[in-house]
Amino acid sequence: MSAVLELHGVSAFYGPVQALREVSLHVNEGEIVTLIGANGAGKSTLMMTIFGQPRARTGEIVYHGENITAVPTFEIARKGIAQSPEGRRIFPRMSVEENLLMGAQVVNYADYAKNLDMVSELFPRLRERFTQRGGTLSGGEQQMLAIARALMSKPRLLLLDEPSLGLAPLVIKQIFGVLRQLNRETGLTVLLVEQNANQALRLAHRGYVLVNGAITLEGTGSELLALPEVRSAYLEGGH
Amino acid sequence: MSRLADMLKDAGVVAFFALLVFAPFIGVQLGSNLRGALTLAPTPMTLAVAVAVVFCARLAVLTLAQHRAAVTLPRMPVRVQDYLAPAMLVLGVVLPFLPFLPNAYIDTATLILIYVMLGWGLNIVVGLAGLLDLGYVAFYAVGAYSFALLATNFDLSFWECLPIAGILAACWGIFLGFPVLRLRGDYLAIVTLAFGEIIRLVITNWVSLTGGPNGILGIPHPTLFGLKFTMSADPGTFAGFFHIDPTPRQHLTFLYYIILALALITNWVTLRLRKQPLGRAWEALREDEIACRSLGINVRNTKLTAFAIGAMFGGFAGSFFATREGFISPDSFVFMESATVLSIVVLGGAGSQLGVVLAAIVMAGVPALMQSLQIYRMLIFGLALVAIMVFKPRGFIAQRRPSVTLGATKRIGAEFISQGRG
Ligand SMILES: Nc1ncnc2c1ncn2[C@@H]1O[C@H](COP(=O)(O)OP(=O)(O)OP(=O)(O)O)[C@@H](O)[C@H]1O
Ligand SMILES: [Mg+2]
Repeated sequence: MSAVLELHGVSAFYGPVQALREVSLHVNEGEIVTLIGANGAGKSTLMMTIFGQPRARTGEIVYHGENITAVPTFEIARKGIAQSPEGRRIFPRMSVEENLLMGAQVVNYADYAKNLDMVSELFPRLRERFTQRGGTLSGGEQQMLAIARALMSKPRLLLLDEPSLGLAPLVIKQIFGVLRQLNRETGLTVLLVEQNANQALRLAHRGYVLVNGAITLEGTGSELLALPEVRSAYLEGGH
Repeated sequence: MSRLADMLKDAGVVAFFALLVFAPFIGVQLGSNLRGALTLAPTPMTLAVAVAVVFCARLAVLTLAQHRAAVTLPRMPVRVQDYLAPAMLVLGVVLPFLPFLPNAYIDTATLILIYVMLGWGLNIVVGLAGLLDLGYVAFYAVGAYSFALLATNFDLSFWECLPIAGILAACWGIFLGFPVLRLRGDYLAIVTLAFGEIIRLVITNWVSLTGGPNGILGIPHPTLFGLKFTMSADPGTFAGFFHIDPTPRQHLTFLYYIILALALITNWVTLRLRKQPLGRAWEALREDEIACRSLGINVRNTKLTAFAIGAMFGGFAGSFFATREGFISPDSFVFMESATVLSIVVLGGAGSQLGVVLAAIVMAGVPALMQSLQIYRMLIFGLALVAIMVFKPRGFIAQRRPSVTLGATKRIGAEFISQGRG
């Protein structure tokens, strides 16, 4: 199995504050890898550092064998990595269709039509709302739009930051179902950040646990689910 | 019945405040008696009329509001818009040939079109890309001075200079855009404001090049394929060539059509760009810069093109201004101009092309046409602005239509509507 994405000893800072400490991880072709951790652990920072903002101060980020540590963000996005960032960040005043079109910046028009068909099949709810403004969609629909927009570029690697944020359990299930389906049918590689550790670890092939900006545990989904420290910190915390 | 009483009471209160406000302004007239001393003569009739107008207006507003609450009017603005734009275009094209229209109106229409063009140009920067630019007049000035200097020093014609002036303005747009790439909102506004002032101060003080406060005289008027518009009928003039009597109307009409064409080109380019990836990227940039980056948009270049294209149209408008006036000085490029153009964009409903036209008519046309009202001009103008912002807080045309609609969308939409899900 070849690695799609590798991080070697990556550190990132916000001014003087260190948000990532020597993080090393890899994501293999066709895998769903999840990253779990408490609030403020640095999960979103890690996702954005892969996209170069903030830039990694030490270490390197390798995508398909190419060092992308210093590549500008927009060029990273053109290499076949797509990100649905934390907080969705859809374009509220643009229509659903225009949002999707923005996601297809890097592909040509023929692929655009094909990808549009694909995402409308995955999210029929969006197809009903093509002309509606992004900002007027419900939270769940906005999340679907954010994922659909990221998929519009037909990425080889999809980075998802908390797709379940603020969604009803049924919608979360639906979104995770879509991810599983995409992974199985098209071999899409996914790096997923989740608060919802239980479901995320069930979905994922492998997982990493991030604590205070450093990776403390790694293993397959079921291994991590079985670990007592994971159970107590991320699964039974609220009970 | 008590509703009527309420309304009368409400209108009465408003009229009372109007009385308080108007009394010192309209209620007395300042004059001087034979010995030259100042006198204050009360003018109760004028005051009464003003207060009565306010009273009636308030009553009308209340009645209308009630009426509207009772009968929900069918929503129709989109319909009106559909016909308004073509109607304005037709009017714009035939305007100079309306025989009963005095020359002064053609001149005013030309002035309005300059502002329409400036508004459309700034709309690219502010309305589409969402970059609040308070120094747009800088590019207007660069365009005007580029043309004036090239024309007077190198004997170039308007048509030769026009592209050069546009390119120079675009270069300045990029040059001034670089330092503000990282700025947003109010910070961007302050820095661009400063740029506008710097350009004006440089023009004022670089006397050896620009003539300083004295400005530049003798800027050539534009020609029609080399035919001049003068009051003689020499063979080299328009009138002489076509063997007609020269009239000032011919020159005014020619100027009018130049700016109409320039403005329409601006509009056409903007509309085209909106449908293309670049235009959509501008709009997306206005909404969320980080999202844009992660979708593969080169934010720096996208912003700089917005500045450059906006500046280029400002430059064209500046050149036209210079050739129309025949004389320019730094006084024409004060901050007030930037503010006016920005007001046009905002009043029109940022991002709306038709809104800019309506706003330009209000902002540039109404003051010009109200010359006869002299002192009340600014008062009416201010009232109009307040009224617009109260009744149309998001500008004349607040709607933003999607720039793309697939044929398939409509079909699907109709299906769902028929199922009661639309
Ligand atoms: N722009 C920023 N400037 C300064 N500090 C920041 C910035 N963004 C994040 N941080 C800090 O970096 C740390 C990691 O933040 P990050 O957003 O990566 O956490 P997270 O794991 O995604 O948390 P959550 O689960 O709440 O989303 C936090 O302590 C946060 O306060
Ligand atoms: Mg986060």
